[in-house]
Formats: sequence, structure tokens, C-alpha cells
Amino acid sequence: MKTKVLMFGWEFPPHHSGGLGVACQGLTRAMAARGIDIIFVMPKKLDVGAPWARFVFADTGVEARAVNSSLKPYVSGNGYARALHDAMIYGASLLAEVRRYALLGGQIAKEEQFDVIYAHDWLSFGAGVEAKRVSGKPLIVHVHATEFDRCGGPMGVNRDVYEIEKEGMEMADRVIAVSQYTKDMIVRNYGISESKIKVVHNGIDDSTEPHGAADRLRLKNLKASGYSIVLFLGRITLQKGPDYFLRAAKSVLMREPKVVFLLSGSGDMERQMMDMAASLGISDRVLFTGFLSGADRHEVYSAADLFIMPSVSEPFGITALEAMSAGTPVLVSKQSGVAETVRHALKADFWDVDEMTNKILGVIQHKGLRQSLSENGRREVSAITWEDAAGKVENVLQETLLAGVQ
Amino acid sequence: MKSVCFYFQVHQPYRVKKYRVFDIGNDPEYFNDRGDGKLNNRQILQKVAQKSYIPATKLLIELLRRHPEMKVSFSFSGVALEQMQQFTPEVIDLFKELIDTGRVEVLGETYYHSLAFFYSPSEFERQVSKHRDTVRKLFGVWPRVFRNTELSYRNDLGEWADKNGYAGILAEGWDPILGWRSPNYVYKPKGSQNAKLLLKNYRLSDDVAFRFSSRDWSEWPLTAEKFAQWVGVAEGDVVNLFMDYETFGEHQWEDTGIFNFLEQLPQELAKNSGIDFKTPSEVIASYDAKDELDMPHTVTWADTDRDLTAWTGNPMQRSALDAIYGLEEKILLANDLKLLEDWRRLQTSDHFYYMCTKWFSDGDVHAYFSPYESPYDAHIAYMNALQDLKLRLEKTSRA
Repeated sequence: MKTKVLMFGWEFPPHHSGGLGVACQGLTRAMAARGIDIIFVMPKKLDVGAPWARFVFADTGVEARAVNSSLKPYVSGNGYARALHDAMIYGASLLAEVRRYALLGGQIAKEEQFDVIYAHDWLSFGAGVEAKRVSGKPLIVHVHATEFDRCGGPMGVNRDVYEIEKEGMEMADRVIAVSQYTKDMIVRNYGISESKIKVVHNGIDDSTEPHGAADRLRLKNLKASGYSIVLFLGRITLQKGPDYFLRAAKSVLMREPKVVFLLSGSGDMERQMMDMAASLGISDRVLFTGFLSGADRHEVYSAADLFIMPSVSEPFGITALEAMSAGTPVLVSKQSGVAETVRHALKADFWDVDEMTNKILGVIQHKGLRQSLSENGRREVSAITWEDAAGKVENVLQETLLAGVQ
Repeated sequence: MKSVCFYFQVHQPYRVKKYRVFDIGNDPEYFNDRGDGKLNNRQILQKVAQKSYIPATKLLIELLRRHPEMKVSFSFSGVALEQMQQFTPEVIDLFKELIDTGRVEVLGETYYHSLAFFYSPSEFERQVSKHRDTVRKLFGVWPRVFRNTELSYRNDLGEWADKNGYAGILAEGWDPILGWRSPNYVYKPKGSQNAKLLLKNYRLSDDVAFRFSSRDWSEWPLTAEKFAQWVGVAEGDVVNLFMDYETFGEHQWEDTGIFNFLEQLPQELAKNSGIDFKTPSEVIASYDAKDELDMPHTVTWADTDRDLTAWTGNPMQRSALDAIYGLEEKILLANDLKLLEDWRRLQTSDHFYYMCTKWFSDGDVHAYFSPYESPYDAHIAYMNALQDLKLRLEKTSRA
């Protein structure tokens, strides 16, 4: 008998703005390959080319208003609280959406046949909990990020979001954390018993990355004129530490002027970062590319001499694996899950701008270091697969089902 | 008659501190870490002295007194001796006392425990002669047998030792080279007239050095009685037991029983009739070469590859080695003693070992021996220090 999973998600490639969608895609494909049946529920009808799972959209066939398309799952607690204060519209409607998704989740659970419920992150936890209440089936929640990560610390944590996360983890039969870093955070901040939490690191799927030879951004010209390229790729939000990236950039440029720093992504701190680059006097060496996907994204990964992920708090950090798989050396913050899974990466505390400078200059100036990081990193990352992750998830599924029988 | 030949290696590098890009041009001291971490050379030496050098040497002095037939040999890197003189002079006194028994042979090597033989023959010669002078001044003995850094060996090193009047040279007894031959005989290096080759019996040596405390090992616990029996049944003329001296007390801690093992070994070996102790020179004088050994490629005693890849295997290591040896001509011309000394200390093989990234197959050994967070951190600190050295060199050359 195949195990049937009713899975609640929020985003899925190509419609996604971050690692959550990529993770759902990689994980469900590998789970399906292991013979697990997946009904993947999303709040809103989207085109997804993922034939390995059956998709159900909560807004079709049920009475529902359309989800406001401007809503993003990564609104930081800060921005979120600010929005609540400012207008009481943005945040309130996201929460309302999450609550409506929960109710619809319950309805879908009544209509579908399945053995276990699986929910990704707080936006889907409500739906998972409701499905469990309706069906009595066990619930697994998969924590890709917590409110503490999104806020870069306990300051500004949104109470409602926190409560939804906490309820989801408490109601869950098992919790999957994307890293030991996240597991520790769940134990510390949510009071969840350690024994209930299983760490499953993300994988990376080569085939999801388009390998175009595009040079739309003309980075080759830059390199040909002797510039080194240092890349930040991620949402430009407090959590991702773009301000530390710029401070390191300033410090590097004082010693080595032929470097260009790329900030790739969008987010609520974009404007602020442009102002900061200007006030540091390095605007001519900092390029903002906006959000990149597909071939453009691959272009910046492969053109970069170094990828930096200076996150203040990063549950995992799949972009670091993407960069490594493109053969690009990476420098990741020690406050990240990926730092515990890869060895062939440079690591520094996100606040240690001096150490970042030391390492950035090391990579720029020493070819041997670049080559070793590139070769070893690519090889290391090729062994970090979604197949492994799916195998561990399957074990959790089986444990959960077994516990239900006893 | 069969002989047991002990050789212990004593070496401590000058570890480069966490030398950052901001230090370049500002701080000419690369080896003076004063933290509590694994880069504080003084602290490390004091710790190793307490755990290993002092108790092991006291025990050996006592064993030589108790067993008049017992003999051992040592090789000391110059940088280890220098640090002991500075940080733990009592250890030097113990070694003097040990060597004064006349039953301890001291071998020759490069002062800086370097790979100079493979990068600069002239620098190699200078380091060997500096080491010889140091050993003579300190211990009053003249090395007659040579061992190169990490037991690295190939034909031309054998030829060099032969031409320079050494009675013999040590190497790893590595099966792919030996084929059907046993390491328990004396051999003749290809191309040499008189010098002979002694080969490490790595199985028996590693039983002590690596496996002694391993509970996964089917022979654990290893008793002196059992080990003496293995030596007793080994075929051949000589069993060469070559290992790091830190095996006693540092790699294998006291609570593993390693000192008791060492203490009981002579009397257990004596129970096998026809076993004696010999130093490398005595082995060479006593036994004829069984065969000529052709070793065109470098063999070392390191990890499972037994080659130089732990020091030269990746682009970081190769570029660091090229960079340091590339400075030779200018450094020698600069005629600045401190500069010369720092350049040479940066040649110690350990610096390159710390940059080793062969973690996939035999990484544990490397991880254990590295004081840096990662091979990449080791490389960055090294290259920064080297950059500063270059600046100092340019300044001196201009003046």
C-alpha cells in the first residue's frame, strides 16, 4: 500500500519568491520517486509543471475570494508589525488569508483520502491543524523558517504568527526542522520537546537550475576589465543581512578597488540599501539587479568570484548550495543551517565584518583558494541530494504512522 | 638473530596565528599567538611536554637503565628543538640525559621540517647542515642516518644521502613498492654505492601509533606481551618501528595504558630468544642489503595514499608552495636574518598539511591535526603572512 500524503504548501516554482517553493518542489519530486502519493494543496490556482504530484487549489471549487497577489510569505515581523501599525491592512489581510486557507484545508481534508497530513511553514500550519481536527489523521509540520529568523531575532516577533507556528508544532505528531540550527531554535523559543523534532537538511537538484549561456547582465565585460565580482543573492530584508554585505564591501574596497558587489533580489530594505551604498561612497561599485530567476540567476552565480550569504539568521540557505553547484566559492554566515552541512565553504559570524573582509580579499587575491573552494564545493554539493532528504522524511512518515497504530 | 629498531620523531611547527589582511604591513610576527586556542605555540609545546615528552623521556631513561641491551633512535626537527629551548628547557635537559647514555642514535633531517628537497635542492642542503650543526652543538652527536620530512623518499634522495656520506636513510615500507618483498630486511637504494635503506614496518608501527586505543580494533586491548609475540614471529632481519614520539601521551593518552605498554615492552621482547635492539646505524652495519629498491616516485608515511598529496594535492597548497619557494633568490640576497628565519619557518610542511582538503577519504587524521577551523582558513592566514613577508622583503631590498 502506497502512503498517501495530504500536503499543504504556499508557493511552488516557477511562482515563488524564495527557498520554500524550491524546497517543496525538490522534496515532493524525490518523495514521489520513492513511491509516496502526494496531494499538494495550495491556496491559489497556479500553473505548476510538476506531474509527480496531484495539485489541489483551495480557491477552486470552493467559495473563496482571490488571494491578494501582492502578499508574500516572507514579510518580516518588523515589516509586518509596521504594516499593522501603519495601515492595519497588509498584515491583517495576510493573516485573514492564512485563516481562510486553514478553513479550506479542513474542507479539502473531508473530500480527500490520505494517511498523513504534512504542512510547510506557518502559512500552511493552520490548514494542517484543521485537516487533522477534521480527519483525525497524524500531522507532520516541516519548519523551513521561524518568525525569529524572519525578524533577525526576538525583536519585533509578531505575536499572531508566533502563535500559529507554536500551535502547529504543538499539534503536530512530528516536527521536521531544516537544520540543527532550526531545531535548537524550535526547542528554545517554542518549547517543543527535542524528541519530537527530526532534522532533515535540504538537498539540491541539478536539473532545476537552467544552464543558459546568457550574458544579459554583461558581467563578462566587467570581468574582462579585471573586476572581481562578489554576489549577494536573496531577499533584501533584515534577515538576510544585506547591510553587513555592504559594510564588508566598503571595507574590501578600501583595500582593493577593482571589485564589484552585486545585490541580487528584492525586498523591503532595497531602498535603504541603495541609500546606504551612497552614504558609504561605494555606489559605483554596488549593482542592484532586482529579483533574478532562471538563466539570469545562473549567470550571476557563475560570473561571481564569491557568493556571500551574510544572513543574520538562516534556517537553511539553499542559495549557498546553488552557488556551490555552479562552482562558485561561498562565504556563509555561521548563523545558518547550511553552515552545518557543508565543509567546503568559508564561514564567518554575520556581524564580523572584519573577518568577512579578510575572507573576501583572500578569495579575490588567491587563485589557489578560489580553485580549491570551487572544485571541492561542487563535488561536495553533488552529494547533497533531495533523494537523501526524502529518505529521511519517509522514515519520519513511517514512524508517525506506526505511532498512530500503537 | 632478529633486531627491533625504534625511531621516534619529535616535531612541533611554528603555527601561523590567525593572521588577517589587516595585519599585513603592520605586524611582522606570524607565530606569536597568545590566545587559548590551538595556535599558541608556547602553550601547545608546554602541554605536549607535560603529557608526552617529559613522562615518556623519563620512562625511556629508566628503561635504558633497567635494560642494558635496549637502544632507540630519535629525529628532532630544528624548529621543535628551538621551541623547546625557548619554552620548555627542562625537556632539552631530559633529551640530553637520554642521549648521553650513548644508546640513542640521533638522525639527520631538515632543520625546518620542510619539503625543500622537492622544491629547492640548495635550500635543502642548507637546512640539513643547519640541523646537523644544531644536533652536534646540543647533543654532541653527528647524524649518520638521514630521514626526510614525513618520511618522504625517492631514488634521488637515496643518491643524495649516499653521496653525502650517510650510512643509510629511512623510508616507508609500502606494499605496492615492495611487492613480494618484506620491509623487515635492509635494502640498497637504486643508484647508491654504500648507503642502505631501512623500511618502516607500518603494520606493527601503526598498531601502536594509531590503533593502540581503538576499541573497534579486534586486537584491542594491545598488551606488550601480545605485541612482543607478533614481533617474535615476524620474518626477516629487522622490525623497524617508526612513529611520532607524541604517540606516547599525546596521540595515545596516558589513560589508554600506553606508558605501561612501553614500560613492559623490553622485558616482553626479551622473552623471545634471539631478539635484540639496534639503532639504525647498527642495523645497517649488521645486515646485508637483500635487494635493490627502485622508488622513482615519492613515497611518504602519510594516510592511505603514502604520497605527497596531503601537502601538495590541491591548488591552494601548490600555489602556497610555489609562492614561498619563489622568494628564495630575493630572500637570500636581502641578507636579513629575521626575514630569512621567517621565510624558512613558513616552509615547515605542517602549514601545507593544514590546507589539505582530502577530507572525503581519510579526513579524520587531517582534521585532528589541524589547529585551524578549515583548510581554507589555514590558507588565508598563511597567504596573508606571506604577503607581509613580501612587503618586508621589498622594503629591505629598496633600502
